[in-house]
Amino acid sequence: MNESWNAPSDVGASLAEVGYLADARIAQVAFLADRLGKPVLAEGPAGVGKTSLALALAEATGRRLVRLQCYEGLDEAKALYEWDYHKQLLRLQADEGAEWNELEGDIFSESFLLTRPLLEAIRSEDPVVLLIDEVDRIELETEALLLEVLDSFQVTIPELGTVTASSTPMVVLTSNNTRELSEALKRRCLYLHVPYPTIERERAILAARVPDLPEVMGRRIAEAVASIRAIPTRKAPSVSESIDWARTLLALGIAELSDDAVSDTLHVLLKYQSDIEKVSKELSLPEATDAAS
Amino acid sequence: MNSTLSAFVDELRATGVPVSMVEALDAANALQYTDLTDRENLRASLGATLVKNPRHYRTFDAVFDVFFTARAMPGGEDDVAPPDVDALRDALLDAILEGDMEAMRRLVGQAVSQFAGMQPGRPVGGRYYTYRVMRQLDADDLTLRLLAALAVIDADSGVEERIRRDRVESMIASLRQAVDEDVTSRLVDERGAEQVAATRRVPLLEDIDLMHATRLEIAEIERAVGPLARRLATRLSQRRRHGRRGRLDVRRTIRHSLGHGGVLIDPQFKPPKVTKPEIVVLCDVSGSMATFARFTLQLTYAISSELSKVRSFAFIDGLDEVTRFFGTDTDFGDALMNMSAEASLVRRDGHSDYGRSFEEFAEKFSEAITPRTTLIVTGDARNNYRPTGVDSFAEITRRARTTFWLNPESRSYWDTGDSVMSVYSPHCDRVEQVRSLRQLERFVELAAVPRSSAVPIPA
Repeated sequence: MNESWNAPSDVGASLAEVGYLADARIAQVAFLADRLGKPVLAEGPAGVGKTSLALALAEATGRRLVRLQCYEGLDEAKALYEWDYHKQLLRLQADEGAEWNELEGDIFSESFLLTRPLLEAIRSEDPVVLLIDEVDRIELETEALLLEVLDSFQVTIPELGTVTASSTPMVVLTSNNTRELSEALKRRCLYLHVPYPTIERERAILAARVPDLPEVMGRRIAEAVASIRAIPTRKAPSVSESIDWARTLLALGIAELSDDAVSDTLHVLLKYQSDIEKVSKELSLPEATDAAS
Repeated sequence: MNSTLSAFVDELRATGVPVSMVEALDAANALQYTDLTDRENLRASLGATLVKNPRHYRTFDAVFDVFFTARAMPGGEDDVAPPDVDALRDALLDAILEGDMEAMRRLVGQAVSQFAGMQPGRPVGGRYYTYRVMRQLDADDLTLRLLAALAVIDADSGVEERIRRDRVESMIASLRQAVDEDVTSRLVDERGAEQVAATRRVPLLEDIDLMHATRLEIAEIERAVGPLARRLATRLSQRRRHGRRGRLDVRRTIRHSLGHGGVLIDPQFKPPKVTKPEIVVLCDVSGSMATFARFTLQLTYAISSELSKVRSFAFIDGLDEVTRFFGTDTDFGDALMNMSAEASLVRRDGHSDYGRSFEEFAEKFSEAITPRTTLIVTGDARNNYRPTGVDSFAEITRRARTTFWLNPESRSYWDTGDSVMSVYSPHCDRVEQVRSLRQLERFVELAAVPRSSAVPIPA
């Protein structure tokens, strides 16, 4: 529990200090996560700032960030802990002729343990923020690995016993929703759906990330991006893409969002040719000049 | 608060949102750290603890709005004489343009008192009242006036124009929402939240009947089909990579053992030999199937951008391959249009003819079916009393690895009238009724799990 946070607005303010603009809902969920000691599962389209929420939380609270990047085929040995076989073998060879009883206890002790992110977060002396990124990439069966950590913040190692966290880590899981996560996992988490930001919030993000951008232009860009997102495309522009777009327009010295300017720079925002064509048609833009193609 | 909360949870469960005991307790705990006077704060707390699926937020919001209504603004009803419609609309227009939400709510309150014609005691959901108020306020005319008021400098710019239209659209949407909230809070005052919630239950997106969905609902469902297809493709390919271990790889095992002083501690396995799944879709796109065909085609389209070997065929009373229209870099809407313009699907009168279509498929495209093919047929099997061509169908399915038939009609209507489902079903591995997203999802799960006998044994 973070003593300096007494209301969700405190959370919002301290996140804003490190450059993350949280809306009221995100601030409230982060506040609840802190108070109830529960993990947050952040789900939403790619590029809306789910991972950076965890980074910002770590920075705002001054905690160390432990990150577990999930991928297909992630297993216990990569997520929790592993015995250091090489070292154990060396130990055994160094001590030939020693009593088995002595050795057994010896080679299964902490000095032969390789900690992986989950165990590291649990064993850490000082409080940490644990980020489990893209949890939807691991298989359904592997999710079970996470459950013990998520609900009681402990890891059981058969040879050693149970390691319990000395201070409750703040846990953020992110998912791009490529598959349905299990009920068991969802039940243990607070659920935070992170949609694309509202026009107002996106404008504020642009202002913070591209400080040189004139305010009128920032507002226009935010509105235009919102309109483009409303058009069904294969890949809607993410926040980072709209920041790139703002930087591009600024670098090109374009001060007004004219049709030609949009048409020439649309490829910064959209990454599929079919999307670019579709949006150009919807917005009745002129043919892009050759710079775009 | 706790009794309200438990009634709220009951209502969520009644609409089909799965809320477990633990989650209800979490919500109760979360309330300690929630500012109960702030409606959005409360919405965030309850949403985070009770609803764990983004698709359920639609339903959650509807229930929340009933249980925790935005209070109708007090005052403004008695102290001001009812203004005439035009004055009210002018005032409303100003409030919207200035973004003065409070003034807007007050004016909406007056409008509802005047125009909704609410009759106490009637067990209605209130949508009709909202509709009446919006009609009196003349939303179309308001839209035009807002567009005029937001006139832009550069009128030729397509981007500016689009932004302006979207802004006006969202203004009108927020007006409609304010009216709806006002009506709801009046209904709740009269009959209590539980009663009102029960009369205006919004089904979950996955339970909406595809055949009777509204245009808006269809748009929402279509957005959900994309992720569904991606999930299907991911599952299929995951099973390919991790389904089973291959044989021991002696060479690599020995190579690895060198690191352990020659102890064979870490056995290595050859990756299993697997065949890529091939999918062939046969889709009835006749008039009666139009809505459903959109979904199957969209699902196919989405799968084909994830898996390489997908071929799709459409038929009415003639059959043609339509794979080329659904390439990876085409837009789905365009693809549909090109398909109806260019593919020859109608030979005679434009009524479904399954027999003829199956015969045509067996004749022209039988090479598309291999022992690795999963064949998916979608259609209602309403054959207009024509020959069934069951021999051709049997021949096709015999050559395919698995055959699924998705029928969007309710099971009880199968084999009534001109439906000949039972003629075809013995030749299918599975016949499923699919008339909602939930059923489509279940089918996807099912299709992703290969039958054990069908898994090729590594050579």
